[in-house]
Amino acid sequence: MNKESFNKVIVILYISMFWSCSSNSDLQAKEVQVSFNFSSSWRGVPVTNADFNDLKYTNTYGTSLSLSKLRYLISNIRFTNTNGDIIHLPGYQLIDITENKNLSLTPEQSLPTGKYTQVSFTFGFTNGDNYNKSYPDLNAASWNVPEMLGGGYHFMQMEGKFLDDTNTEISYAMHMIRAVDNNLTPMRFEDTFFTVNLGPMTISDNTTIYMDMNIAAWFDSPNTWNLNDLNNMMMPNFNAQLMLFENGQNVFHLNHITP
Amino acid sequence: MKRSNTHIILYLFLSFFSCGNEPVTGYEPTPEPLKIPPLFESYILAPVLPIDNPQTIEGVALGKQLFFDPILSGDNTQACADCHAPQNAFTDINRFSTGITGTLGKRNAMPLFNLAWNYDEKFFWDGRSFSLEHQVFRPVADPTEMASIWKDLVVELQNHPEYPQKFKDAFGTSKIDSTLVTKAIAQFERTLISANSKFDKYLLGQVELTPNELNGFNVFMDGEKGDCFHCHGSDKNPLWTDNLFHNNGLDSSFSDLGLGVITGDPADNGKFKTPSLRNLAYTAPYMHDGRFATLEEVINHYSEGLKNSSTIDPLMKFVNQGGVQLSQQEKADLKAFLLTLSDPEFISNPNFKP
Repeated sequence: MNKESFNKVIVILYISMFWSCSSNSDLQAKEVQVSFNFSSSWRGVPVTNADFNDLKYTNTYGTSLSLSKLRYLISNIRFTNTNGDIIHLPGYQLIDITENKNLSLTPEQSLPTGKYTQVSFTFGFTNGDNYNKSYPDLNAASWNVPEMLGGGYHFMQMEGKFLDDTNTEISYAMHMIRAVDNNLTPMRFEDTFFTVNLGPMTISDNTTIYMDMNIAAWFDSPNTWNLNDLNNMMMPNFNAQLMLFENGQNVFHLNHITP
Repeated sequence: MKRSNTHIILYLFLSFFSCGNEPVTGYEPTPEPLKIPPLFESYILAPVLPIDNPQTIEGVALGKQLFFDPILSGDNTQACADCHAPQNAFTDINRFSTGITGTLGKRNAMPLFNLAWNYDEKFFWDGRSFSLEHQVFRPVADPTEMASIWKDLVVELQNHPEYPQKFKDAFGTSKIDSTLVTKAIAQFERTLISANSKFDKYLLGQVELTPNELNGFNVFMDGEKGDCFHCHGSDKNPLWTDNLFHNNGLDSSFSDLGLGVITGDPADNGKFKTPSLRNLAYTAPYMHDGRFATLEEVINHYSEGLKNSSTIDPLMKFVNQGGVQLSQQEKADLKAFLLTLSDPEFISNPNFKP
């Protein structure tokens, strides 16, 4: 190759590099997958299954308690963009702190990078997702609700022990479902699934959203939970389900996002 | 012409050599996928099938032969089937099984069915084995059970007039080792599928339940009565077990720590695997130690006999009064329902007999 030809090649290479750079700067939103990470805490102190079976937590009522099981369902993750359009990421996740399973989630569906005014998900199932659908993984996990309570699926199972007013160790089982009064015909229902709003965020490549459940909040507000009175058989307890629904509004928060 | 002849001769020579020295490569046993029952297909996840041990006709046949062959025991007197009898849904009618030396075991033999749907793959009452294949290793070598020495057993099988060929048919090699033995038996055990009980037929719309059976199902599902479904499955979970580990209030202190022995975690003391409620008509006695001879005793335990302890499952209710205090009618109906989960076709299936 003579010098002239060599120079031509160099020029072509520079031009192609320029073109390639300019196409990269086209700022078109890229489609990316987003990951979610689910952690638990007790008033800011991380909780894992290694902390279970120890009466080391004290709820707002003043009761010492432990956890022995905690699993809950989230579904229908939604991203609202600056135009007000909502991108739904279908699917659900049974997060199982007890077995350290499903603590992260990367939905298959991707979404454009950029700013979103709101990221949210449903705690539990909406009625459309809850009824007349069969989820093999949830069935295999015995997550069902009996037909006599309306069928569908649990939203949460939290169990453990507490010291009652006489300092005796007693079990509790807070199982959350859609509130039902099955003493009435027809049965009376009230929705207890709710939307958790994680606020606005910017999604970029490899974004992971870290959200946290403050377990203490289930016992806190607006209903200061007295386990001496309400500790078991909550599934058929209409009012207990509504109390869980109310307290659940303050349970989740966005911890942080990366990058 | 001369040159092409040379090529032909060389080709034939190489072909001959290549064929003559080649072990049986490319041999594939005949695939035999598990037959998934309709309710399982509809409601729950697919079975767990290890990719390194696919189900084959030859593998299952070999596993079955081994399962019923006393050659697996140290003195050739006891087969797997002696403690896991087909007519008893592959469990032992004795509270504790007797090993070849006359030693009694410490737990009741677990029944064997629907094992491929044990999603966490923890086997035995205390979950000590991960995977069905690994489970097979233990009773064969356990000195209180079949008391074999695997090395000697493999030699015995290798010198057997039939087994080397059967292993070759199943796995493409006549060189027997313990891993292949466990793989074959696991293949057979995965075929032990029970899904044709009266209640299955009811769910499929083929039969009706009696009013007592239906009421018993309601007791089973009612959180204020039996509340059995949280651990024992339901009409949506046809395994009738969660395959997890619980302390169901049998004792206030533990002579057998169960899962706690395996994990070393005191919080697991007294926890044992939830057994399936299928085939209760054939699997007495009940509980990990076979302490209850009848279903009535089992139901009475949950109704009035619960004993508190530090690890008792929170779903055991009214422990301070012994349980939920079912009425006599509720108990009778619950028993009637439980018996609808038994599957006569399973225990009479000729495929599961020697």
